[in-house]
Amino acid sequence: MSRVYMKGNEAIVEGALRAGLEGFFGYPITPSSEIIEGLAERFFADRERERRGEKPMYPKFRVFLQMESELASINAVMGGASVGCRVMTASSSPGISLKQEGISYIAACELPCVIINIMRGGPGLGSIQPEQGDYFQAVKGGGHGDYKLIVFAPNSVQEMAEHTMLLFNLTDKYRTPGMLLADGYLGQMKESMEFPDVPIEEYEKPWAATGMGDRETQNTIEFLFLTPEPMVEAKTRLLQKYKQIEANEVRYEDYKIDDAKILVTAFGTPSRVAKAAVDQAREKGVKVGLIRPITLWPFPYQVYADLTTHQIDRVLVVEMSFGQFVEDVRLGVEGRAEVKLYARYGGIVPTEKEILEKIMELV
Amino acid sequence: MRVSALIPKYPEPETYMGHTHYCPGCGHATLHKLLGEVVDELGIRKRVIMIEPVGCSVLALKYLKFDGIQGPHGRAPAIATAVKRLRPESIVITYQGDGDLAAIGTNEIIHAANRGELFTVVFVNNAVYGMTGGQMAPTTLLGQKSTTTPTGRFAEFCGYPLRVCELLNTLDAPVYLERVSLFDVEHILKTRAALKKALLNQIEGRGFSLVEVLSNCPTNWKMTPEESWEFVKNEMTKVFPLGVFRDK
Repeated sequence: MSRVYMKGNEAIVEGALRAGLEGFFGYPITPSSEIIEGLAERFFADRERERRGEKPMYPKFRVFLQMESELASINAVMGGASVGCRVMTASSSPGISLKQEGISYIAACELPCVIINIMRGGPGLGSIQPEQGDYFQAVKGGGHGDYKLIVFAPNSVQEMAEHTMLLFNLTDKYRTPGMLLADGYLGQMKESMEFPDVPIEEYEKPWAATGMGDRETQNTIEFLFLTPEPMVEAKTRLLQKYKQIEANEVRYEDYKIDDAKILVTAFGTPSRVAKAAVDQAREKGVKVGLIRPITLWPFPYQVYADLTTHQIDRVLVVEMSFGQFVEDVRLGVEGRAEVKLYARYGGIVPTEKEILEKIMELV
Repeated sequence: MRVSALIPKYPEPETYMGHTHYCPGCGHATLHKLLGEVVDELGIRKRVIMIEPVGCSVLALKYLKFDGIQGPHGRAPAIATAVKRLRPESIVITYQGDGDLAAIGTNEIIHAANRGELFTVVFVNNAVYGMTGGQMAPTTLLGQKSTTTPTGRFAEFCGYPLRVCELLNTLDAPVYLERVSLFDVEHILKTRAALKKALLNQIEGRGFSLVEVLSNCPTNWKMTPEESWEFVKNEMTKVFPLGVFRDK
């Protein structure tokens, strides 16, 4: 397959369409707007093709709608998922905050959908520069109640497409919503990429509320209980599903960890910078390696536990927030190693030189 | 000839299952029954996807036998938008109360109506939040007491009753907006006719239709059912005049 030069947000658009996207509902917000614009361009070009009597390029992509709000967008996604379609919304941090009510309902009703978060600086209106301050709201549940999202953290334009495609398959497989958590840098960055071969996995959706048709029983999409017992039962089913995902879907990248005594760990954009800093430190003879979580939930706790049991006693966490991801690293390390945090917040991406200095401080 | 042969045979209701939990005298059960009858009459039950609100009618799908979705408070029109566009062959209904549609979901209903979404809205206006115990709704009348307006609703504190049909009638897209009521048999039959018309508009692809139904809440109004219907007839219709606002 040939290589293309593409922006991160455009790669998400192409990835979603290759994954069989049927409906997109969104609201513009920087730095994610190229996603809604890219889908609008392709959707309306197809309508023009149809008008000319030509075949559409994306026949599955039947509904594109710019909604009146983030709330309406996520609820339209809930509607589309309820009737068994592959649907997506995309936004950036403040918009994702607004969507949290809907995300909670979607998780409760076990509906598959893909939510893209191109993170900007917060809290509040913050800035349009990249940050990673939405880690907690993505990974720990930003809405009310007990639930989880499958969260992927790409660190390249290619992974923006690949993870979007994987999320469509996994959310259908497990009947649960998923989020692509990327910082604004990845959304806006252009680089050479190749579309990965992620085949569309088709899942039957006999639960979907499509109208009764030949069915004798109603399909109702709801999560409401008047007594505790059935709610305990339903929530236990959710919990068991989450445990299954934790057991099967953890993904991470390791780099030069075989003989490492020091571990650097980061996700998203800082993980690329950290990788380069690891190489530089290696040139200086420092035995250092990198762990990059690809799924933030389920989180790769075990790899941190294993590495710090006998091999590694110093861990450097690099992240673009006050330090949120570091808490999960500490849960994995469980005190077996010293965990240092290098936090760069406010929209600044840490440099190789800075990370190298932090590594050298640990030597 | 046996006497039973003289009694006309009515078809068994297919959609309306009855046995509702509503308070004695509440309009919801009547309205559910009417909706069920119209759906049966039009033969569309197996195509219906209804979006339930948050409010007293949150369990409507336990009494009406078709598919459906229980959405967040006020968001039914956004859900219905996606459902109808992705499954255009289905018949999509939202059933919403006044707190749901006219307070927390004002944005969603206005924009769905403005886009001319091809679904049918059944809007129940009983001037109060019923399920949460009788708080002020956007449609509570001036002077009317509720648990959050214990001395009556005053315009200078909380504005005026919101007229949804009139508000939506300023938009270009809706094809049918009518306000009806359930306070006597004549008006119950008019409500039935309005529901049928609104669903036919969808079946025939004409556009967005909304039927506002003035209903009661004897429990929270602290009235007998009879008194509550008198209140709807004599007081509510003064503020919310019945009639067809749009029919194109």
